[in-house]
Amino acid sequence: MSEKNYLDNIRNFCIIAHIDHGKSTLADRILEQTETVALRDMEEQLLDNMDIERERGITIKARAVRLKYHADNGEDYVFNLIDTPGHVDFNYEVSRSLVACEGAVLIVDASQGIEAQTLANTYLAVENDLEVVPVVNKIDLPSARPQEVKEEIENVIGIEALDAPEISAKMGINIHAVMEEIVNKIPAPKGDIAAPLKALIFDSVYDSYKGVIVYVRVKEGCVKPGDKIKMMASGAEFTVVETGYMGATELVPASELKAGEVGYITASIKSIGDTKVGDTVTNAQNPADEALPGYREVNPMVFSGIYPADGAKYPDLRDALDKLRLNDASLSFEPESSIALGFGFRCGFLGLLHMEIIQGRIEREYNLDIITTAPSVVYKIEMTDGTVRMIDNPTNYPDTTLIAQSYEPMVNAHVYSPSEYVGGIMELCQNRRGVFKDMKYIDEKRVDLHYELPLNEIVYDFFDALKSRTRGYASYDYEMIGFAPSKLVKLDIMLNGEVIDALSFIVFADRAYERARKMAEKLKENIPRQLFEIPIQACVGGKIIARETIKALRKDVLAKCYGGDITRKKKLLEKQKEGKKRMRQFGTVEVPQEAFMAVLKLDDD
Amino acid sequence: MRGLYIHVPFCVRKCPYCDFYSEKFSPEKSEKYTAAVVRNLKRYPVKFDTVYFGGGTPALISGKIAEILREVDYPEGAEITVECNPDVTNERVLAELKNAGVNRISFGVQSLNEGELEALGRLHGAESAKKAIILAHELGFENISADLMLGVPQQSVRSLEQTIDELCKLPITHVSAYLLKIEPNTPFGKNPPEIPDEDGQAELYLAAVEMLEKRGFLQYEISNFAKNGFESRHNLIYWRAEEYVGIGPAAHSYFNGTRFAVPRNTAEFLENHAQRELVTDENPDKYEEKILLGLRLREGILLDERIEKRLRLVPKELFRVENGRVSLTPEGFLLSNSIISAILS
Repeated sequence: MSEKNYLDNIRNFCIIAHIDHGKSTLADRILEQTETVALRDMEEQLLDNMDIERERGITIKARAVRLKYHADNGEDYVFNLIDTPGHVDFNYEVSRSLVACEGAVLIVDASQGIEAQTLANTYLAVENDLEVVPVVNKIDLPSARPQEVKEEIENVIGIEALDAPEISAKMGINIHAVMEEIVNKIPAPKGDIAAPLKALIFDSVYDSYKGVIVYVRVKEGCVKPGDKIKMMASGAEFTVVETGYMGATELVPASELKAGEVGYITASIKSIGDTKVGDTVTNAQNPADEALPGYREVNPMVFSGIYPADGAKYPDLRDALDKLRLNDASLSFEPESSIALGFGFRCGFLGLLHMEIIQGRIEREYNLDIITTAPSVVYKIEMTDGTVRMIDNPTNYPDTTLIAQSYEPMVNAHVYSPSEYVGGIMELCQNRRGVFKDMKYIDEKRVDLHYELPLNEIVYDFFDALKSRTRGYASYDYEMIGFAPSKLVKLDIMLNGEVIDALSFIVFADRAYERARKMAEKLKENIPRQLFEIPIQACVGGKIIARETIKALRKDVLAKCYGGDITRKKKLLEKQKEGKKRMRQFGTVEVPQEAFMAVLKLDDD
Repeated sequence: MRGLYIHVPFCVRKCPYCDFYSEKFSPEKSEKYTAAVVRNLKRYPVKFDTVYFGGGTPALISGKIAEILREVDYPEGAEITVECNPDVTNERVLAELKNAGVNRISFGVQSLNEGELEALGRLHGAESAKKAIILAHELGFENISADLMLGVPQQSVRSLEQTIDELCKLPITHVSAYLLKIEPNTPFGKNPPEIPDEDGQAELYLAAVEMLEKRGFLQYEISNFAKNGFESRHNLIYWRAEEYVGIGPAAHSYFNGTRFAVPRNTAEFLENHAQRELVTDENPDKYEEKILLGLRLREGILLDERIEKRLRLVPKELFRVENGRVSLTPEGFLLSNSIISAILS
């Protein structure tokens, strides 16, 4: 096969879709059609291989798969399908996955039409010069209106869509047409096999036998086992052990990876920190002049403490975090201790979803009960002595008398939404101390609202609040723009007169009363009645600004023990013991783990 | 002390709140049942100090009680109880029980308020309950207990007081007062009636304790009250962690240091030569059981260092310490699960 030929028969693409519009189902159908996966191996949503992904129906980490397709024109094609995450927490990863492709299949639900969430990713694809191939899915639904939806795609996104295939991924209708569109519409990759190696890292996973498996798109040159490679951003160098392709269920070694191809490299790499998403792999002996554009360092935006519910499990928690970090370079952690919770770790995350995912994986995959403290952003504090401190833990917040000026991180946020919800969104952004920048009509029905917002106003529950105000139609997207001066105070919570350091948080001064009141109410809802009456107090600088009382429990008795059935009573006690495991004891007060999380969700309606 | 519990798994009809094991009564089944009980009793050739027929509705097999008791080795003066529902109790039934050697009747009265009885789906009215008790007394039963239910739909402290007042004027020696619990696998569980909330139930319970004590029925266990000397000996065997043998489907036993239970399956019980006994606790923790069971009793448990330390987590008004023993107050009884788990955790 000549060099030109091999490039001509490769198609690198991803799938863009709103949640529930059928991305994973279509991916499964494509895999079936190309018989890449033996049918017995098929599981729903094959590409999403973490439990938590399947459960939430979202894709968290990018995954790729190489498929063979025999097209109607008689030629055999190699398809590289690169799956992308769909959440703002992972925006950077999305953009790197897109850059690895020449085209994107855009799935639009035939009854719901274009959703705001699709737009951001579609624009991202267009910005990166991807050919967008629209597909109208779910035509089997009675409410399907494919014709109107196609017009919408043309009007809103401005791409041709009248000939878009009308399919049902669920029923397997018209999948063939999608395959042909990929062959005919998406351009073949370009690249010079003789040029110095430039391979884009779009993902990496840790394997205990092979070390880090680096997923790459080779842009220029080629790479084969034995080559010395260099990561251009991190500077780390390695010798390639294995190159190959991603099969649907296993890795398939190959003698080399050439320009235009998607595959993996292993090189006995021990730390995933050396293979950062977006970095360029080049040949150490014959390096490229410059790296591929677009790389940036990903910094944690949200911090929270993670503690074992059972203090004795601290080493297990460390072990779990170590293992998770093997596969997740954006997770950071270091030991910390709390008066209330004992020894644990201060962990940094890309965002709240990332945080929830990590928590879920610790609990599920490592079977550990954990307690998570209120997430915090990083604050910058100028002290009266002229020093500057970065504070990501409310416990370390300095005494107000020592603070000259405090600063909080700000973001540029874009909210995409149908125009009828503009009022609600503006109200929400204003409540969150947002500064309105501008509003653009994407078309007559949709708007792009641009706000400057403090990061700490959006890390907790902004997305939930946005969804509830827009019936799920709005999406948002943000980028950091730096620090702005702010008036901040530290809010402490006392249970039965004792400060629970794990519940302290930093808040904008003017919002302290409101937050305190809601916090106290939320705690009252989430802490079960106990043998003693429990006063809940919220205070700033020792001054109590809100209070609630949890009345003492009145009744908890198994009145009748039938015919000497002691087992039942024992079971009940066992259950109570189990329940206690999920509780944290503060003096005489027991606080369920859920309370720590629930207090974070303080929506303002 | 050793007790014998015999579970009679038959009812005319199931009450909507009840999750005790029973099935529809038929005369053929009662023949086979009696034979099965007798077969199983032969497997336990030991002396019993108390015998308790519970159900279900044991009165439905009143004619068979004598046959069963002939197989039981018990001393003179043993406490022999049969549960009776007012709707199936008549002179014949009571006479049969009396002649069989039964000396204690426990009536399922539940309430003397017609509205409450109806809400509970009981088959008898207040009058028939009263008549049954009087009749039993006339026929020579001197130890009569009445079951009361607390926290039933429509119940108020006032209606409860009226029930207790009328009840205590009857010739009874013992009252069992249970808080209604909505069990998931019952009609009430599937279609829950409106009942007083937690605080309301607590109030009714505390009111019942006070009213009963005032009328001479002293609380000796969470749900049990008796005139002096009429505490149910059988009941006390359970809470003092003494031995008892259970015969019949769904019956529980504590025998030779092991706790075990018979499956809830009447057909199987009737067919098998020996009832199937599934171990629920091979070697129960004696210390834990002492606390778990003993704190249900007014007499309480011996105080030790560990318990004393744990009691610091318990508000003072929920327990009392006297003569080296600790016991729960009525307010404490209401919270006994929480208190016990605080002590044991």
